Order: sequence, then C-alpha cells, then structure tokens
Amino acid sequence: MDKTVIRAKDFSHFFGAVPVLKNINMEIFQNEIFGIIGPAGSGKSTFLRALNRLNDLIPSSRTEGTLEIRGQDVYAPGISVVELRRRLGMVFATPVPLPRSIFENIAFGARLAGEKSRGRLAELVADCLKKTALWEEVMDRLETSALKLSGGQQQRLCLARILALKPEFIMLDEPTSGLDPISTMKIEETLRKFRAEYTIILVTNNTKQAARVADRTAFFLNGELIEVDRTDKIFSAPSDSRTNDYISGKFG
Amino acid sequence: MRLHIDPKIEQRFFRALLWLLTGVTVFILFFIIFYVLKRGLPAVSLQFLTKNPVEMGKAGGIFSTIVGTVALTLLAILIAAPLGVGSAIYLTEYTRENWATRVIRFGSECLAGIPSIIFGLFGFILFVTKLGLGWSLLSGGLTLAFMILPTIIRTSEEAILSVPYSYREVSFSLGGTKWQTVTRVVLPSALPGIATGVILGVGRSIGETAAVIFTAGSSLHIPNSLFSSSRTMSVHFYILAREGISMSNAYGTAAVLIIAILAINVVAYTLMNRFMRKYC
Repeated sequence: MDKTVIRAKDFSHFFGAVPVLKNINMEIFQNEIFGIIGPAGSGKSTFLRALNRLNDLIPSSRTEGTLEIRGQDVYAPGISVVELRRRLGMVFATPVPLPRSIFENIAFGARLAGEKSRGRLAELVADCLKKTALWEEVMDRLETSALKLSGGQQQRLCLARILALKPEFIMLDEPTSGLDPISTMKIEETLRKFRAEYTIILVTNNTKQAARVADRTAFFLNGELIEVDRTDKIFSAPSDSRTNDYISGKFG
Repeated sequence: MRLHIDPKIEQRFFRALLWLLTGVTVFILFFIIFYVLKRGLPAVSLQFLTKNPVEMGKAGGIFSTIVGTVALTLLAILIAAPLGVGSAIYLTEYTRENWATRVIRFGSECLAGIPSIIFGLFGFILFVTKLGLGWSLLSGGLTLAFMILPTIIRTSEEAILSVPYSYREVSFSLGGTKWQTVTRVVLPSALPGIATGVILGVGRSIGETAAVIFTAGSSLHIPNSLFSSSRTMSVHFYILAREGISMSNAYGTAAVLIIAILAINVVAYTLMNRFMRKYC
C-alpha cells in the first residue's frame, strides 16, 4: 500500500468570490511523480500555490476544507509558512534566476535560513549542481551571473536551488513550457532520478509530458478534479469522457 | 484637399527638426557651462579653494563655504535618504493600495512642486524660530531634507516597483520572510534607481539657495557644530553677485559649484554602472 503524504479533503480555494478550486479530494503518495494536467485556468497552478501558501500573497485569497501534508493541515493556525515553503520546493514556469552569481543563487535558500559557513555552502552548491547535471557545465564559472546561462540551464539552476533547501517535495509548475526538446528531456530525466528521494508534483500543460514521466495523473477542469488514476490508465482508458476529449486534443 | 507629402521627404524633414531641437537643448546646456567656466575659472586657484573669504568675499577664497555646502548636503541626505527609502519600502511592500497610500503619494507629489523659497520660509518659522535652532546647519539640513524627500520617495518607489514580481515569489518560495525578501532581493535590484533619486537630491541640495539662506544663514566662519550658522557656495555666489562685492569671485564660486555637481554625477553613474554590470 502506498503511503499518502498529501491529502486534500473537500478543499476549495477562492480569490474574492470566485472559486478557483472546487471540493478537491485527492491523495498524493510518497516518492511518486504526480502529474496534474488540464487546460489553462483549470486551477492546476493554484493547487501548487495552495500547498506552499504562495497564494497568501494575493489579498483576497481564501480556502475551505483541508489540505494536509503528512496529516497536518497546511492552513491550520500556528503553521510556520516559512518552514512549510522550505519543505515544498517550487520551480516556476519561466526560469527565474535572481540577479546574482550562480553560486549565490543556489546558496540563497541556505543563507535565508542563516547558514554562513562558506565551506558548507560551497559543498551544498556543488552537491546540488551535480544532482541536476549542471556541475560539469558551470563548475568553472560559479561566480558569474546566473542570468548569463541558457534557458534550459537556468531552469536546472532553479531546480538545484530548491534542492539546496533539502525539501521533501518538489513542485514544478509547467517547468519546461519555454524550453527546447533537449532541455526538456534533461529535466525529465532528472525528475525520474529524483523519484527515489523526493515526492514530485508536476503540473504540465503538455499531456505527453505527463504520460512520459508521471506515475499517476490528475485531470483538472474549471477548478474541479475530474479524475485521478495511474497514468497508463488515464491515457489508455480514462473513466470520464472529458478526460478522453482533453488528452486526445478535442479541446484545451 | 489634403496636401500630399512624399513620406521620404516627410521623414527627412522631421529627422532634421528633431535633430535641431536636440541641438538647441544641448547648445543651451553647454553654453551655460562654458560661460560660467570661462568667467569663473580664472578666479579659481588652490588658494581660492583652501583660503577663507576675506572682506566679505571681496578677497580670499571660499573654503568655509565649501565646508558649509558639504556639511549641509551630507546632513540633508543623511536625514532624507533613510526617511525617503523607508517610506517608499513601506508604501510599496507593506501596504496595499488604498486611500491612505494615495493621499500620501498625492501629498508628496505636491510637496515636490512647492517652490524652494516656501521651504525656506517654513524652515525659518519652524526650525529657526519656533524650535529655537537658530540659523544653523541643523535648521538648514532639516529644511533641505524635507525639500528633497518627495523626490527620493518617488524615485525609490518607482525603482522598487520595477523589480519583477517573480523575484519576490522566488524569495518567498525559498522560505524567505518579507523582511529578507525586501533586503536581499528587492533593495539590491532597486538600488540603482534609489541611488539616482539620492543623487538628484544631492544635486538639488548643493545648488539650493533660497531654502538655505533663511535657515542656515550666511556666516562666513567655518561651521564647528550642528548649531553654527554657515554659508553655502550658492548663497555665497548670490550675495557676492547681488551686492556687487566681487563678480570675479562670484563666478569663481559658480564654476566650483558646477564642477562639483558634474563630478558627483559622473562618479555616481560610473559606480552604478560598474555595480549593474556585475550581475545584470
């Protein structure tokens, strides 16, 4: 039996009066790659941002129901949001390197947490760059600006940057939407390797990507969870006709 | 009937017109600088820069007025920069847009448009007489600080707002607190813009006459405390020229003032460029 690490129970999310997620009931298991597909505006990104409470930055945001990580409600009073965000590393659709050196980008999270030892930081940076297969490419120019890297390298840098947080979860919000096929392939390979260590939630607007890497896939539509199942099942015999329509390209 | 003009000729005509307009602007600017330097530089010498004025400025140098200008400008910036940048951070990062922020913004914009002599009068009434600070560096510095505050708030605000929202998101998502996000991500990226505002403030302070003459006075002694009255270069120039004491020394003072402002701008922008080129 797979171990549930994230559980949404009747979870709804509103911006003002507008429901963006409606009564989501869903479980995510330890060490799986969990894909979320759905057309634009279906609430996929909102779900990720609800998990690490990045939606809190939007003034009118409000939730109902519960969203639990290892049995603990993310929206319970007294939860440390800083702590929570460190557990759920997030990669955004467009790579956002900070205007600093490659080294400082990776070390950023650790520095926020108060790490000052240059030696430990150097070790951490090297380790994270190796895990994302970026080390060979940048080892001799760690002090140059991260903005000078190519798009694919920047996205792997962002991935390395969250590894430095030592997170339990890796959340990716359409991470390859702006990348070429080879860079995309490298990211996907890295994700497959990561499955042993992390639980991965991959939001993608590319259904084929979900088919390639996800163990299980959820289909969101207009803020509702239409169905969630093993990826091969979703793509071969979906139980809802809307899922079938979406993955066969009839809309979306 | 509509007059038909060949687009090529039209293109050429407007290119020439715009070139001319730019040319006139540049010419006026250079003419002023050239004229002041031509009349002023003969009076400038090492003696002029390092000796105090003698006989109300008829003879001697302008050393005490240089000290006065530097002290006053420094004081104004030291007061206005933290206040201004702090307000800008609060307005952009810590509050949401509401009627209060709009009132503050409107107020500071109005302040920016008030003639400096009104600030002088205000400073005179509040600091010099009411608070009993007298004609002093402190009165002058506070008045100048109030005068340049709106500029610093405005430019800082704009600089902070131009930092991409995604940088903030990244910082938060990596476990940054609001304060860490502001100090480690937003401010470093906004620094060039903030510095521009501060430099504008320095420029205005150095050149300011009306606000200073009422508040810092016009003593020719080297100021030795925050409470001493002091004369700045621009006030010195004004008095020398106005009272016909010495036109050549007046222009000498003006030349030094212009060179100082040019130098500050060049140095500041060079430093900023170097800073920018490192990572951006």
